[in-house]
Amino acid sequence: MADLLIELFSEEIPARMQKKASDDLKRMITDGLKAAGLIFDAADAYVTPRRLVLNVTGLPVSTPDVREERRGPRADAPEKAVEGFLRGAGVPREACEERETPKGTFLFAIIEKKGKKTAEVVAEVLKDTIKNFPWPKSQRWGTGSLKWVRPLHSILCILDGETIDLEVEGIKSGNTTSGHRFMAPSTFTVTGFDDYKAKLLNHKVMLDASERADLIEAKAKELAASKGLEWVEDRGLLAEVAGLIEWPVPLMGGFDASFMEVPEEVLILTMKKDQKYFVTRDPKTGKLAPYFITVANIEPSDGGTAVAAGNERVLSARLSDAKFFWDQDLKGRLDDNLDALKDIVFHKDLGSVQDRVERMKKLARYLADFIPGCNADEAERAAELAKADLVSNMVYEFPEVQGAMGRYYALKQGESDAVADAIKDHYSPLGPNDACPTAPVSVAVALAEKIDTLVGFFGIDQKPTGSKDPFALRRAALGVIRLITENNLRINFAKILTQAYLDTLVQVLNNYGDLFTGPEELKPLKEFKLGKKLSSSDDILSHSSKYLSLLNRRDVPTKTDNDSFIAEGSALFTSFLELESDLLSFLSDRLKVQQREKGVRHDLIDAVFANGDDDLVRVLNRVNALTTFLDTDDGANLLAGYKRAANILKIEEKKDERPYDGAVNPASLETAEEKTLADALGVNAAAAKAALEQEGFEGAMAALARLRAPIDAFFENVIVNADDAKIRENRLNILNSIRGAVNAVADFEMIDG
Amino acid sequence: MSTDVSAAASDSNASKTAMPFQKMILTLQEYWARPENGGCVILQPYDMEMGAGTFHTATTLKTLGPETWNAAFVQPCRRPTDGRYGENPNRLQHYYQFQVVLKPSPANMQELYLGSLKAIGIDADLHDIRFVEDDWESPTLGAWGLGWEIWCDGMEVSQYTYFQQMGGFDCKSVAGELTYGLERLAMFVQGVDNVYDLDYNGAGVTYGDVFLENEKQQSAFNFEHANTEKLFRDFAEAQDECVKLLKAHLPLPAYEQCIRASHTFNLLDARGVISVTERQAYIGRVRDLAKGCCDAWIEKNEDRWKNDFGWEK
Repeated sequence: MADLLIELFSEEIPARMQKKASDDLKRMITDGLKAAGLIFDAADAYVTPRRLVLNVTGLPVSTPDVREERRGPRADAPEKAVEGFLRGAGVPREACEERETPKGTFLFAIIEKKGKKTAEVVAEVLKDTIKNFPWPKSQRWGTGSLKWVRPLHSILCILDGETIDLEVEGIKSGNTTSGHRFMAPSTFTVTGFDDYKAKLLNHKVMLDASERADLIEAKAKELAASKGLEWVEDRGLLAEVAGLIEWPVPLMGGFDASFMEVPEEVLILTMKKDQKYFVTRDPKTGKLAPYFITVANIEPSDGGTAVAAGNERVLSARLSDAKFFWDQDLKGRLDDNLDALKDIVFHKDLGSVQDRVERMKKLARYLADFIPGCNADEAERAAELAKADLVSNMVYEFPEVQGAMGRYYALKQGESDAVADAIKDHYSPLGPNDACPTAPVSVAVALAEKIDTLVGFFGIDQKPTGSKDPFALRRAALGVIRLITENNLRINFAKILTQAYLDTLVQVLNNYGDLFTGPEELKPLKEFKLGKKLSSSDDILSHSSKYLSLLNRRDVPTKTDNDSFIAEGSALFTSFLELESDLLSFLSDRLKVQQREKGVRHDLIDAVFANGDDDLVRVLNRVNALTTFLDTDDGANLLAGYKRAANILKIEEKKDERPYDGAVNPASLETAEEKTLADALGVNAAAAKAALEQEGFEGAMAALARLRAPIDAFFENVIVNADDAKIRENRLNILNSIRGAVNAVADFEMIDG
Repeated sequence: MSTDVSAAASDSNASKTAMPFQKMILTLQEYWARPENGGCVILQPYDMEMGAGTFHTATTLKTLGPETWNAAFVQPCRRPTDGRYGENPNRLQHYYQFQVVLKPSPANMQELYLGSLKAIGIDADLHDIRFVEDDWESPTLGAWGLGWEIWCDGMEVSQYTYFQQMGGFDCKSVAGELTYGLERLAMFVQGVDNVYDLDYNGAGVTYGDVFLENEKQQSAFNFEHANTEKLFRDFAEAQDECVKLLKAHLPLPAYEQCIRASHTFNLLDARGVISVTERQAYIGRVRDLAKGCCDAWIEKNEDRWKNDFGWEK
């Protein structure tokens, strides 16, 4: 058994690429070894800023010998056939055996392949790996044509203490490497992994990234504690910093307390993102403390005084800039910024950010009706100010603090906490793991923001395709789903969509041409523009159907300018019916993805959505009840009975070229089983319907469960395709009643099984 | 392994003997001219206004093709939008870059660079020097490369790039480019927080004595007085002239018109008369000129490169 050590030594590898690179090295080498038939005990990869390392233990010294027998033609076959066989097998005639078989005497070629030396395999696999390494970005250097993430300097490759010779683009392998760039740059030879790791440590390199991270964490905590502070844990930053150094030396520095009046989001961002510093907090107050921890790559000769002082000076300069922006912003009010929002293009077809804010205001107010405890005035006000910080000095300089800054500026100018919080929270949730707003006003504005995005981009036909989702519409849809379901909001989504659709449509058409001087037929749109809130469903339907008929009526000759206005207007924006159906199916897809991760069957979501329900909370309740029901014996059997009924119907309806959807005629019921089933259907279909109206999904399922025995008995004892046409028709109508009763709860046709 | 250093730690870096600004330039020139450090040709600044040392023909055109080319030079840079009327401690509309170009990039280029820092008084045993990922791209030159920004105790003091493409053409051989922001580096070496306080000559003259008034007046020019009508005209004329010169197979004078167009665009940008959408179009126009110049330069040299080096495009 032999151990293999590989080190690829290069100039500094970007921290963000290191983890994947070490995984890739391990995968590519071990795949190559396995493909050659080499089985090993273990393989571990390591990475530092300058080296990619792989240690494989328990390798055989060669690949196994292979013996293969191949049957050829009959021994007395024509010469041509024999020659062809020998050529294919790669053996001479003498190396073949003649064997008697029940079918005659045949030639058998014995092909023996000696095992290959492991060293040879490794050399080939490593060369291929280096030449085909999947760096996200790679470069050439000097006069060579090899591509690596940064110039590659040396290849260390030893098997059981012996160097494996190979050469890639002029770089020859060896058994040497170098230590820490500054503290121990000398070159040394190594014999194996343990020797390598120990010598690296002597040369001021900690090989294992997790050991470096552990050390940073322990020392950072210690430094913070020495000032009575807490180190603020940040796993992402820790991994990044551990990838920037080979020898971690945490040092503490501070900054002037006068910077503490700048919001801590900005202070943290400056320290963390720009300078890769860890921040500290005062455990008593929970507030950020004016001390940071930086991690040097050397043990400075003066103990760290100069390094800390240098870092303090850099930070101080950056914080001075931030404080300047903060002071500048506080000289005005958020409302002063609103005008400038018209100069920011949201999207060329959807107008400016100011246009968007106008839509969000209306939508937030409308949504407030559906959100318990939500003050509509506050929702509208928060939507009005939600984007105002985009033109502040601070957000211009630090885009990541959008929203958070708006909250501070809102509080400073005396807005309510609910409004200020909603400004901050309205971008949330930003993903499946981001916190979802729960405060009523925040929920209203967050929903308004996302629905406006979805309706706008679907309206101008910018739907996500494949992996492309430039406007993050999937994220917006997931946000809508989470906001509604996690806050248990009972929203009739189609109504909200209509409202959002009209708002957006009016603006898009107005940006195209002035509606107020536009055709008379668009009068209802003008009224809507004047701020009429659509209250009843009739209102909504009558309005939207008017636009629909207008926008889709390109073929009807009217006054020329009207006609072109309408035709071009409709080219600008999707019709409502199309948008509604696209968007609802998009939402149901996102819901399926989200629920699948929670273990919910997507076919059940399809089955419930097929009933046309757009109340997400109700949909999920129904899916849950259905899931429980199908897990029971009754549920499983009912599904089987349903499928059988539906299949028979499908076949017979096709054969007869007519549907069987008539009422069951009691007079034509012959057998006891038929009568029992017909009675049970009558009673339980009504019971299920009544339960559904009360959203009693368990009750509806229980009613369905009571159908199981009669259905089973029916199929057991009754022949559907009776000779008597009348009886046959009646029995098919019974099957249709089963289908109808069950589908009223969920479309069982779409359930797998 | 680590040390707690209090916020009030004394500034060990700001020593009285720290290198003056001009001495730093002289030292870098002397360092890079040494045969063992590449034996660079020490050039003088290009005599036109430009936004970065990379615009110098010694970088753009000379990094194309296979020939060995090692050069170092100071280049004054003009960035009209960065002007602050002399009121910001570290933003300037006119500043100096020290630029080193080594083609092909030598295997010990990182060590050579660290040696140059040592030469100007940055001790790698005392200071934390890092190579932090920073990929470089110039949309106006159609150029890109991979490399790092170099941090010294958390401050960015240089850019280090391996050129991969220039004017849209692959760089073969690959040049390594080093760009030192001289003012920033001097502020670090001298331990000074305000650029105007830099010791310029070691004999009582500060950076502010030399440049403060210039910053004030030039900021006023950039932001308030530059004649935008004339600038629009200049841009169009430079563009036309460049195209004409390219037709005459004169890439060097054509490229000067490209530099002129680029700087004129920067001035227009500072005057705030170019909208967001127009901006991209202007950058695209300058890039087309730069590409045309690189193309013409390759055309001029292609046969020789092929014969002498077996070079292919």
